[in-house]
This record gives sequence, C-alpha cells and structure tokens, in this order.
Amino acid sequence: MLITIAWRNLWRNHRRSLIMLTAIAIGLWGMIWMTALMRGMVDQMIDDAINTLSGHVQVHAPGYLDDPSIEHSIPAVEDNPQLQQLLDSSQVTAWSQRVRVPAVIRSERDVYGVTLIGIDPEREVGLSFIADSVNEGRYLETAADKQVLVGRKLLEQLETKPGRRIVLMSQDPDNNIAERGFRIAGVFDADLQATETGYVFAGIDTVRKMLRMGDVVSEISLLGTDYRDVDGLAQEVQTVSDYGETKTWLQLDPYMASMLNVMDGFIFIWFGVIFLALSFGLVNTLLMAVFERTREIGLIQALGMQPGSILFMVLVESLIMLLIGLFAGNLLSWLTILPIRDGIDISGVSEGLEWAGMSSTLSPSVLASDVLLANSIVLVLGVAASLLPAWRASRKVPVEAITRVWQ
Amino acid sequence: MNTTNAVTCRKVDKIFEQGELAVHALSDVDLEVKSGGFVCLSGPSGSGKTTLLNMIGGLDRPSDGEITVAGQRIDQMRMSDLAELRLQHIGFVFQAYNLIPVLSARENVEFVMQLQGLPAHERSQRALAILDQVGLNGMEDRRPGELSGGQQQRVAVARAIVSNPALILADEPTANLDSATAEKLMELMRELNAQIGTTFIISTHDKLVMSYARRLIKMHDGEIIDDIQQDGRDA
Repeated sequence: MLITIAWRNLWRNHRRSLIMLTAIAIGLWGMIWMTALMRGMVDQMIDDAINTLSGHVQVHAPGYLDDPSIEHSIPAVEDNPQLQQLLDSSQVTAWSQRVRVPAVIRSERDVYGVTLIGIDPEREVGLSFIADSVNEGRYLETAADKQVLVGRKLLEQLETKPGRRIVLMSQDPDNNIAERGFRIAGVFDADLQATETGYVFAGIDTVRKMLRMGDVVSEISLLGTDYRDVDGLAQEVQTVSDYGETKTWLQLDPYMASMLNVMDGFIFIWFGVIFLALSFGLVNTLLMAVFERTREIGLIQALGMQPGSILFMVLVESLIMLLIGLFAGNLLSWLTILPIRDGIDISGVSEGLEWAGMSSTLSPSVLASDVLLANSIVLVLGVAASLLPAWRASRKVPVEAITRVWQ
Repeated sequence: MNTTNAVTCRKVDKIFEQGELAVHALSDVDLEVKSGGFVCLSGPSGSGKTTLLNMIGGLDRPSDGEITVAGQRIDQMRMSDLAELRLQHIGFVFQAYNLIPVLSARENVEFVMQLQGLPAHERSQRALAILDQVGLNGMEDRRPGELSGGQQQRVAVARAIVSNPALILADEPTANLDSATAEKLMELMRELNAQIGTTFIISTHDKLVMSYARRLIKMHDGEIIDDIQQDGRDA
C-alpha cells in the first residue's frame, strides 16, 4: 500500500514530476555522454601514442632514452630464448624489434633531422600505425627492403616524391658517418604532423648494414592485452631481459599517464557538479510535495501510521522518481551514443589541439564502470537528499499537520 | 455492557503560546467516559471540544494533567507508541479531508487494516462488507474526488469502524452533510454503538447529533460547564 500511495502521489502533479524526471534523465545523460566523449578522446590519444611506436611495453639499453644513439643497443630477441618464449605467449598480442637512431635526411632540395627506424615490416602489422598508413606508393616488403617510407609532410618539405632518391646519414658504432642512398617506396599519413615529419622507416637489416651494427637492436616493443594493465607484463619482460631497461607506456609517456589520472578526477568533479544541480531540484520537489500533503500526512499519522513508515513512504516516492529518471537517462544516453559510436569528425578543431595528441575523429568510449558510477551517484545521493523532506514529513506532530482540518 | 472507563481525563490543561499571550484552551478538565458510551461534546467555537478530542486521540499532548485511554496513560507517551495506540484502539472521523485522495474508497477502508497487518483477502472482504453496510455498494473503486461529501464521510466512518476499535472520535462528522445524510450517518453510529459496544465521543454543533447522544457534555472557554445524561442510561 505504501508503494501504491507513493506511486500515485508521484503522478498527482504530472507537470512537476515530469520536469523532475526530465532533469534526472538529462543530468544522467550529461554525465554518461560527456564522460564517454572525454574517455573517447583520452583513449584516442593513448591509442595514438601507443600506436605511434611505443607499444604497451618497451625494452631499451640503459641510457638509451637519454641518448638514443647506436651505442645504446641490446641483443636481438633471437639471442634470448626466454624472451622469445614470453613474446610468443598469449600475454603478448604483437611485438617487434627495431633499430632507432637519430639521422639526417637529404633531398636535392632540403635537409632535415629525423629519426631513422629500421623495422621488420611484417612484425609491425597490428603493433604500430605504420603498416596501415602507407597511402601512396607501397609498404616495405621485407626486413631487407632497400627502400624507405617517409611521411607526407616531410615529403612536401623535401620537395620530392615516391620513386625518387634521398640520402640518410647517421653515425656508426665507431662514431664515423654512415650514409646511404634510398629510393622512396611509399608515403605514410599520420594523425600528428610531428609523426609525418619526424620518422623515416626502412628495413631493419638494411639499416643494420648501413650502420655496421651487427645483430643488435635499439628497442623491443610489444603489446599486451589491456593498456591499463601492463605492470605485470613489464615485470616479466624485465625478468628475462635484465640487461635492458623495461618501461611501460605510462613511464615512456608521462604526459599521457597524467592525462589518464586527470580524466578520472575530472569525471568525479563533473559528476559532482551535475548532481549538485540535480539535488536542489529533487529536494525542492519533494519538499513541495510534502508541504502540499501536510494534512494528508497528519491524517495517516492520526490513523496510526508510524513515523518511520511515513519516512519510508516519502523515500519510496523519491526512489521511484529516481529509478524512472535513471532508466530514461540511460536510454537517452544509449540512443545518442549509438549513432556516433564510429566517431564524429572534429577536424575543424583538432589541428589546434594536435599538440595534445588529438586526432581528427572523436569516438565515444563508454565504460561500464562509468555508467555504474553515474547511476550509483544519482541513486544513492538522490535518496540521501530525499532524507530531509522525508524526515520532516515523519516528524510532523499530527495535530499541527491536520490543524486546518480540525479547526 | 462493560462499565470500565474507555477514557479518563484528570485535571487536563492545555495552554497554547501565541507570542507572549498564553491561551488556555482547556482548564482543569475532568472527564470519565465508560466503555460503550455515546457522548457528545458541544459548545461554541473556541470552547475547547476539538482540543479535548485531540488530547484523547493522542494527536496532541496536554500541558498538564493525566489522560488514560484503553487503560494506558497517553499524556507522556512517545510518538510511535501513540501511533500504535491509535492504530489498535481508536477510530477517527474528521470534519473534512477525511480520505487519502490517491486511494479508492475500498483502499481507504483497507488502509488501517493493512497497517494492522491483516491479510489481503480478509481486508478486501471486510472493506467490501462495511462499504455495503454504509450504503456504498458499487462505489468501492471510486476515488474521493468522484464521491459526494456525504459519500466521502460514509467512507470515513466505514474506515473508522472496520477494524472494530474500542473508541471512535468524531469531530463535526455531519458538518458537511445534508440533514437526511446526517441522520443516516447518526443512525449507523448508534447502531454500531448498540450492537458492538463501540464507544463514541463526538464533537458537534449540530442539534441532530446531540439528540442521538446519550450523554451531552457542554463546554465553554476550555471548561466543562454541564454534563447531561439524556436517556437515563450510564454513558
């Protein structure tokens, strides 16, 4: 009966209840939708960072990150059977080893400083962006491929084109100049202009020969199964390759790591702000409903209803309103996120935010934990906010409540 | 008939503070009502009859004095104990706004029984039977807004009597009724009083109601000024 009364009371003032339900639904939608976009943006930035060669975990020689020269090299994976076994296990979804050194690229027209990366083309598939980004010319065919891939922006700066020759110059292990002419096999496009101008890719065997460095490599990069859970994998890799320094993407890119933390904090603040606005409406609606029903509350007290039951009745009314509002809010979120699940074009603003690693497409990312958190906050704090009007209703002295009836 | 007291008031005072002014709504009221009594409180507005009903029903507390209802001292009782006492022993009929507007006539009548924890089928049977008894057969699913004033008052009476309380307190129960309906209502109350032995204390201005009372208590300025046995029986 209490639930029946609460339900029917809710619809006595249709307009007020519908306004409140709309506010709850839009509030929840705002929490979920905004969070999905923010998460999507950060995920995109992290994905881009991971795809742009970092992987989830990397192994380098000690000192390489401060001085990324050929002197700081590590043995190839083939020379470490334990590491090879780990990299081929199900914990690792993709891995590759690379030579990565500073170099100078020169065309007939211009000269630029770049990072020369020697890769095994097959191993980069599914690991980094390069395999899917060659949109003109061809991708590298083997580790011994004698041609190079350059970024579109660098191609423009060098005023050259696919098929033409460029010269790459770096230092060998004896600090002598090592240089070689390459023909441009293909041009890659990247989300970030800095990637297009900063990297040149060649076959790893060709680069090793050019630099006279033997079978060593500059880095080993690998992907686990979840970018948020890489510490255990990094620890295992470190154990079997103790000659090197193993670092996670969070350590390699502290900016992105802090973005992730800031995002979590931002979500809490955002949820708090929305709920605060919502709670005023909720408390006001319930206080008005209680005030309007003062005489009725007096009546049911006179009939023998316990104060605790009156408190429960008002809370049930609030709970019903919150649950309907949450259902509508979740439905609205789903309906508005579904059409843009493949991403929305933000190329108009992304160029200005490239420094932050933003790409031109923003895809929402809905985490079950975020949805659960938003719903829980509205539900738990909503009920808590309803305690005041419910308590006031339950503490009414019957004769004061029904004074207008009796006299 | 049981001759123990249904209600006993001893030296009951009620003072309302209105700013710096203290209004004596009740002064030294002594009253005993035997079980099975049919008592009317009459008097002009402000004489204290409604205040006295409030005190007896545990809806308000006296400033001083003792009140005993159904053998229990209620003047110092906690709110939750008072609610339980009202639920188990007292039925109320108010002048207006008697019913819960979102419930149908049957649900209003079932309300008290539900609070008492009676099973659904028994509640429903008793509610329908009592509504039939008060002449509202076929109107059980109507909400208060769909009933006339007299019909609403009969639903209120049905609710008050359905759980067979020992005491029914009625404040101006006929104030909004035409004379024919008022007479039917009073006949019903008298019948219950005679058949079940329910004690009635009714506050009224209505001479018709007073004519049904076996005992008429007149009040003025918070005091009982006259106490008349109308039919010679002990009420």
